[in-house]
Amino acid sequence: MRMAGTAWRYGDNVDTDVIIPARYLNVSTPEELARHCMEDVDPDFANAVQPGDIIVAGENFGCGSSREHAPLAIKGAGVACVVAKSFARIFYRNSINIGLPILECPEAVEETEEGDQLTVDLKAGTITNERTGRTYRTSPFPAFIMGIIQAGGLVPYTQRRIGGREII
Amino acid sequence: MGHTLAEKIIAVHLVDGEGNVASDNQIEVWPGDLVEVAVDVVLSNDITAPIAIREFEKLGVERVFDPNRVVMVADHFAPNKDIKSAEQCLTMRQFARVQGLPHHFDVGRMGIEHVLLPEQGLVVPGDIVVGADSHTCTYGALGAFATGMGSTDIAVAMATGRVWLRVPETIRIVYHGQLQPWVGGKDLILYTIGQIGVGGALYKAIEFAGPVVDGLSMAGRFTMANMAIEAGGKVGLFAVDDVTCAYVGGRASRPYRVYQMDADAAYAQVLEIDVSQIEPQVAFPHLPENVRPVSQAGDVRIDQAVIGSCTNGRLEDLRVAADVLRGRQVHSDVRCIIIPGSQQVYLDALREGLIEIFVEAGAAVSTPTCGPCLGGHMGVLAAGERAVSTTNRNFRGRMGHPESEVYLVGPAIAAASAVAGRIAGPEKMLL
Repeated sequence: MRMAGTAWRYGDNVDTDVIIPARYLNVSTPEELARHCMEDVDPDFANAVQPGDIIVAGENFGCGSSREHAPLAIKGAGVACVVAKSFARIFYRNSINIGLPILECPEAVEETEEGDQLTVDLKAGTITNERTGRTYRTSPFPAFIMGIIQAGGLVPYTQRRIGGREII
Repeated sequence: MGHTLAEKIIAVHLVDGEGNVASDNQIEVWPGDLVEVAVDVVLSNDITAPIAIREFEKLGVERVFDPNRVVMVADHFAPNKDIKSAEQCLTMRQFARVQGLPHHFDVGRMGIEHVLLPEQGLVVPGDIVVGADSHTCTYGALGAFATGMGSTDIAVAMATGRVWLRVPETIRIVYHGQLQPWVGGKDLILYTIGQIGVGGALYKAIEFAGPVVDGLSMAGRFTMANMAIEAGGKVGLFAVDDVTCAYVGGRASRPYRVYQMDADAAYAQVLEIDVSQIEPQVAFPHLPENVRPVSQAGDVRIDQAVIGSCTNGRLEDLRVAADVLRGRQVHSDVRCIIIPGSQQVYLDALREGLIEIFVEAGAAVSTPTCGPCLGGHMGVLAAGERAVSTTNRNFRGRMGHPESEVYLVGPAIAAASAVAGRIAGPEKMLL
């Protein structure tokens, strides 16, 4: 799984209330949510983001509410991947579960500027910054989580397990 | 080596390869283990249930794993704030009817979920509870491993009764010393978040301990456990003691077993906090870690005061607010909105005369709802407006316009500020 896109750079503690403000939580499809993604910190984002772009942020990305609407809005906006120094744990689970790729890589975040072109290879676990030419290695997902990612999210993963009568 | 409370509870909920649940104490788990566990309660609300129901239906499963263990509460945008919210509540109501869920709580019988579930005895000590709401960690006050997840995790839990967990490291925070007047659970947790930061417990469990929390009422403990997530925590646990058992007795919907942390448990960090010098705390915009003692808040004029929420919407919280508001008037520039956390809290407050005190003081009293906490309804802020609030988050735009501001406080400071028209402690006006 290889992806390439332009970096949108944000700071620490980007919370789910700014990723998708609660006033829009009366809808739940990725397309509707995407129109308001990041609206309160970056009003231009929803209009200017291009399919395949990459969000690059600091510590504790996605902190706050458990709303799955947050990764759904990001995915609906066409963002290919989020790279952060660290993720809030519910956001981390939600992203894996809905099939939004996320990577923890503090070094890559430190050296990425707004507008940089990044290439991400999920399988190899690498991030390359085309401006600096530097490549960063991320720590691999545990095999079990990689299984959810490869299945396309928790629902198809669970369907497969139920179908195979592994747990039920 | 011994185990933390989180490890003890997870160990007795482990599911093996054949789908059997380990109910004895023979199996050990350690931080970092990825495990599958059986859950006791699966919770969702009117915002998160519609996505969970959509994903549940994709799974191709006809029935939830156990109708008695699947709880749904219409509390966020209920009573319905607009047509789309009405449709979300309807989706949840129809699912609850089709599935025959006895614990679907609708307007007139509901409460804010994390006030309601303990009150109804639906969560008991030793449980594993997963909820599609980040403040599910509130039930840690009962000695239950309770944690927030997203809608897809909840969909799978509704179908299978199982979730995967990474066994968390635990931070133990020990509180000792003598509490100052007007200082409660809210001030202790705000002070703690100020010390460790909004990412200070990321991916970790917190154990709250020491003589000060042993002396707290259940309301104070619920408030502290509730905000474990604001430090990034997975769960905020209290040991089960006489106070817990007195609360659970007469409410518990099921028999329960009590698990305790071992004296030689291994902790990622142990923090000692002397509470003796802690004043009532105020968290300034736009992060819960931006705390200052109220004496150093400066001159902050306010437009609104909100008293309620899953953090501070219990009867004890309303009593504190009433102690301050009794015989006084809310400042003419302030809208004071008071929201009992459940129908039962409302009724108890009514019978104690608290509602009369609030209305006479010029406050609005609302039916239970999460409403203003997340900028939904019942008190949304305009650009440039400021609120003191007993809720749990002061992120940018949390209570309304992105240029509005929220200052997090306990009920005493919220009520005193409502009277003063600016952030103020209650001690001066009570002299």
